[in-house]
Amino acid sequence: MTAFALPTATEPYVPPSISDTHLPEVLPWLAEYGTGFGKQMVMIILSIILIVWFFKSAIKNPKLVPGKAQFLAESAYGFVRNSVGRDIIGEKNFAQWVPLLFATFFFILLNNLFGAIPFLQLPSFSHAGAAYAMAIIIYGTWIAVGVKNHGIRYFKLAVVPSGVPGWIMPLMVPLEIISNFIVRPLTHSLRLMATMLAGHMIVMLAATGARHLIMVQESLALNAVGVLVIVGSVAMYFLELLIMVLQAFVFTLLTAIYIQGALDADAH
Amino acid sequence: MISNELILAAGESANPLLPNPWEILVTAAGFAVLLFLVVKYIAPAFEKSYQDRVTAIEGGLEKAEAAQAEANATLEQYKAQLLEARTEANRIREDAREEGALILAELKTKAAEESARITEQAHRQIEAERTAAVTSLRAEVGTLATSLASKIVDDALENDERAARVVDKFLADLETQQNAGASN
Repeated sequence: MTAFALPTATEPYVPPSISDTHLPEVLPWLAEYGTGFGKQMVMIILSIILIVWFFKSAIKNPKLVPGKAQFLAESAYGFVRNSVGRDIIGEKNFAQWVPLLFATFFFILLNNLFGAIPFLQLPSFSHAGAAYAMAIIIYGTWIAVGVKNHGIRYFKLAVVPSGVPGWIMPLMVPLEIISNFIVRPLTHSLRLMATMLAGHMIVMLAATGARHLIMVQESLALNAVGVLVIVGSVAMYFLELLIMVLQAFVFTLLTAIYIQGALDADAH
Repeated sequence: MISNELILAAGESANPLLPNPWEILVTAAGFAVLLFLVVKYIAPAFEKSYQDRVTAIEGGLEKAEAAQAEANATLEQYKAQLLEARTEANRIREDAREEGALILAELKTKAAEESARITEQAHRQIEAERTAAVTSLRAEVGTLATSLASKIVDDALENDERAARVVDKFLADLETQQNAGASN
């Protein structure tokens, strides 16, 4: 703390808090800790409009030799379809899951990238609610897939590992139940939420910190450090971009892996 | 100033793990709408575009293959025709040669026949002339014989022994002549 002991400060430095990620509501109703219909929800809706608009217009007049937009859209679709869907779920069953994987990937990707766009500057999934919603949808989906394909026996297939000696079962079965049915949806959602929230906090911290160092502090050295913070935040910005894309990919990849596991529960 | 109290207060302001239920609802509903639109419009359009491209490319390949096959067939046809023409030419040449040989042989035969015929005719003519000569000789011989006989008789009346010799000689001559004529 001594490093932050700033004797000449005229106002104290207040670090940004989680509450600051919840901006004043757009439509102030049902407000809990300052959030009714907030910016985050506007961005969720905006993302849906943007995704549908882009892909719909890109493929409106499909050409045999695609134009720029069509090529970009087809490459993006093909990436989810082939690199995630076909490679993970397998040639036989992947086709029907492509829309879900496609929607999941671009929904999360665009909402994450909102955090890197000035003025929007808020990754929607840094709010736990959004991440929970997605994780619950996927959780419900792969359990439904398992039950539909293997009946009620699916729960046995999912928690009783094959090829394991019987005496270790009392240990393995509870572990598998915890790992598959309790920890899995939690890690699925929290991984996304935490990385986005941390990225967003770093942005806020760098912004408020730099502002404090440059505007409030009177020492020239501290002002210079404030400039360094801004330079450093550019590097953090690109790291964040990478993490935003990576987390969208990881979330979709895990979705595909869970669905594949439910489809082929009896194969291993 | 920064104090622990401030940081703690900031930390307690909201638990990041506690969701705003309305955000869950909006995100879930929004995702459902997005998924619906993707399933209904976007994914089929992309799959169709992909399929169309596959069809077009495969169609193009098929067309090229068909053209290639056609070209090959034409080439084969030309080759066959060429072969046929060559065979035909060979056959015609062979035929001509055979015909020529045949004509030559025929001519030779004809020439041989002609020469044989001419020879035969000559022989026949000679024979006829000989026959005629023999006939006329026979007739003359009679006359000669008669005249000879009369002479011999005349002479014999003078010399018996000589007459007998002349008669013998005549008869011997006649016999020789007869034999020569028969052998001819």
